[in-house]
Amino acid sequence: MSEHENPGGDAVAPGAPGAEVAHVPGAPGAQQRTEHDRLVHETSEGPQGLLPRGATGTDELRREHGAVLRVPESHGAIDLDSAHVDVERPDDETMIINMGPQHPSTHGVLRLMMELDGETVLRTKPVVGYLHTGMEKTGEELTYVQGATNVTRMDYLSPLTNELVYAMAAEALLGVELPPRAVWVRMLLAELQRISSHLMWMATNGMDLGSTTMMIFGFREREMVLAFFEKTTGLRMNHDFIRVGGTAADLPDGWEDDVAVICDNVEARLEVYDELLTGQPIFRERVEGTGTLSAAEALALSATGPILRSTGVAWDLRRTMPYLAYDQVEFDVIVGTYGDNFDRYAVRLNEIRESVRIVRQVVQKMPGGPYRVLDKKVTPPPRARIDESMEALIHHFKLFTEGIRVPEGEVYVAVESPRGELGCYMVSDGSGKPYRMHIRAPSFVNLQSLPVMIHGGLVADAIASISSCDPVMGEVDR
Amino acid sequence: MSAASVVGSAPGALRAADGDPGVTGGDGTPGAAAGDPGAATAAPDASAAAPGAGAPGVPVLASAAGSTVYFPPRERYHDLLAARRDDGFELLADLCAVDYLVHPGRTLPDGVLPERFELVVVLRSVVARSMVRVRLQVPESDPEVASAVDLYPGAEAMEREAYDMFGIRFAGHPDMTRILMPEDWEGHPLRKDYAVGRVPVQFKEAPGPR
Repeated sequence: MSEHENPGGDAVAPGAPGAEVAHVPGAPGAQQRTEHDRLVHETSEGPQGLLPRGATGTDELRREHGAVLRVPESHGAIDLDSAHVDVERPDDETMIINMGPQHPSTHGVLRLMMELDGETVLRTKPVVGYLHTGMEKTGEELTYVQGATNVTRMDYLSPLTNELVYAMAAEALLGVELPPRAVWVRMLLAELQRISSHLMWMATNGMDLGSTTMMIFGFREREMVLAFFEKTTGLRMNHDFIRVGGTAADLPDGWEDDVAVICDNVEARLEVYDELLTGQPIFRERVEGTGTLSAAEALALSATGPILRSTGVAWDLRRTMPYLAYDQVEFDVIVGTYGDNFDRYAVRLNEIRESVRIVRQVVQKMPGGPYRVLDKKVTPPPRARIDESMEALIHHFKLFTEGIRVPEGEVYVAVESPRGELGCYMVSDGSGKPYRMHIRAPSFVNLQSLPVMIHGGLVADAIASISSCDPVMGEVDR
Repeated sequence: MSAASVVGSAPGALRAADGDPGVTGGDGTPGAAAGDPGAATAAPDASAAAPGAGAPGVPVLASAAGSTVYFPPRERYHDLLAARRDDGFELLADLCAVDYLVHPGRTLPDGVLPERFELVVVLRSVVARSMVRVRLQVPESDPEVASAVDLYPGAEAMEREAYDMFGIRFAGHPDMTRILMPEDWEGHPLRKDYAVGRVPVQFKEAPGPR
């Protein structure tokens, strides 16, 4: 690949300082070139990275100005005047710098290549894949019984939601009807998960913007939810609790009291957050009017979740395409107006309130009965039955060696995760393992709106926008 | 948008679309008013009533979930997406590929020849609250498909992932490079003939940092 042909290489910042250091005094210029080239090569993503202007086509440069949203003229969404595109800008006026993959504000291993004109961000390109471990390939090697342990590690801030979508996809292929208690237990856990995930976001967002108090507060409240998860599932994260056919166990005794304590505490603490951040002038200066995204842009870029809702589109799968029993509880879909960082903050803050509201209704309406399907071909028999019944032993053995036999077919199932539409496309060939298991990761898709959000803003605002995008890199790279 | 215009309207910056399941966000929203809902409201009813309306001659299946599945031939794929988009399916929710190498006997409607690869696209209509899917057969000998990026810019990363994992090329894609694997990686990992344990440790041969 013919990357970086510019002779000076001055636009490629990451390699340049290293080249100076490595330069041995008195060494011939040719050797310096080689050393420099080697460093450029080592830090380069090649064609995957952001190339200097000289090596970039006009079409690509137009994208900087929002032409990435090539909406047909008939829709009139984007009015792009070609005179606005500064194609002729020479390379030495701008600078390409790297942010990440090791950077505290990149939430893991997100690498952004940014072209800066002074402090202003012109072009941005997210470079991902540093955490890629082939989880979709692994998913084809695991049975339906084992599969939840794999998907739960994708979005590690809302593992239960991932288990939920995996189980729902397999159940759609199986065609089993869940007992009501399983549905409501799942809904309880999914909403508590949303609370914990949004609290975690509040914490990291606060830290990115310099409010370490918010970080401590967010983690403290999240810990209450995680303690309940530990009591229920045995683990704080990566639970493997929501399984095909129901859940792994019933809720622990006294769960109503635990949940009530969480609800009361979180609700009271949200008032404290309001005091600490929402009404605070310094915070509002940082987030208001920065990182704006219009509704048309968000839809064109396939953004979902709080990013899409902050632009004013009331699209929440819990309301628009209800699953579980979301059509039987009352809650509001929170939408913003301007699609800026403040709206995304406020949408998430108020979604915590709505989730608390749902959790309270779930506690009141929780039905009794079995917590999983009583079909021996789907869920294992109780442990005690294995000692008494030969049939139970055989079912148990078959389930855990071969997995659940899922009929042939393909299905796409989606749920509203804290980050947006979390989808699972599953193809079964009739065996005990999925033939293909694709996860539509909201973070991966939402990351595409980041360059549009931070174009034309300052680097400091870019930090706020990355944070408000809420990417979880385990899910982006899978 | 200037910061000043936002500051003044703080109390109204958020509004909750209340419990009623009617259209809550499309109206009265500054961002949306400038854009698509006008175009989107025109057709969703017609498309919901007659699934094949926008694409005569394309085999259609109504799946168990109640949503429509189209099986267009490759040359009509892009036109079909454009027609669906004009019908109000303005959100491309998902795009992924499947390699049917070792599972050839799947159920397809009459007239659709199974090929090795299949591209699956999920489209959503925000206004009509519905979903359609497109399943496109892609032959192994010439795995090239017209890119949907000009219609749905959000397809960019997903098409790059499909290229990276399956080697399906998208004609007209602005940046057809690998996205998850390193750029010099050989092979396409999610293909069924790509064995899991065949590749040595990833950066074994790479020179050290100094």
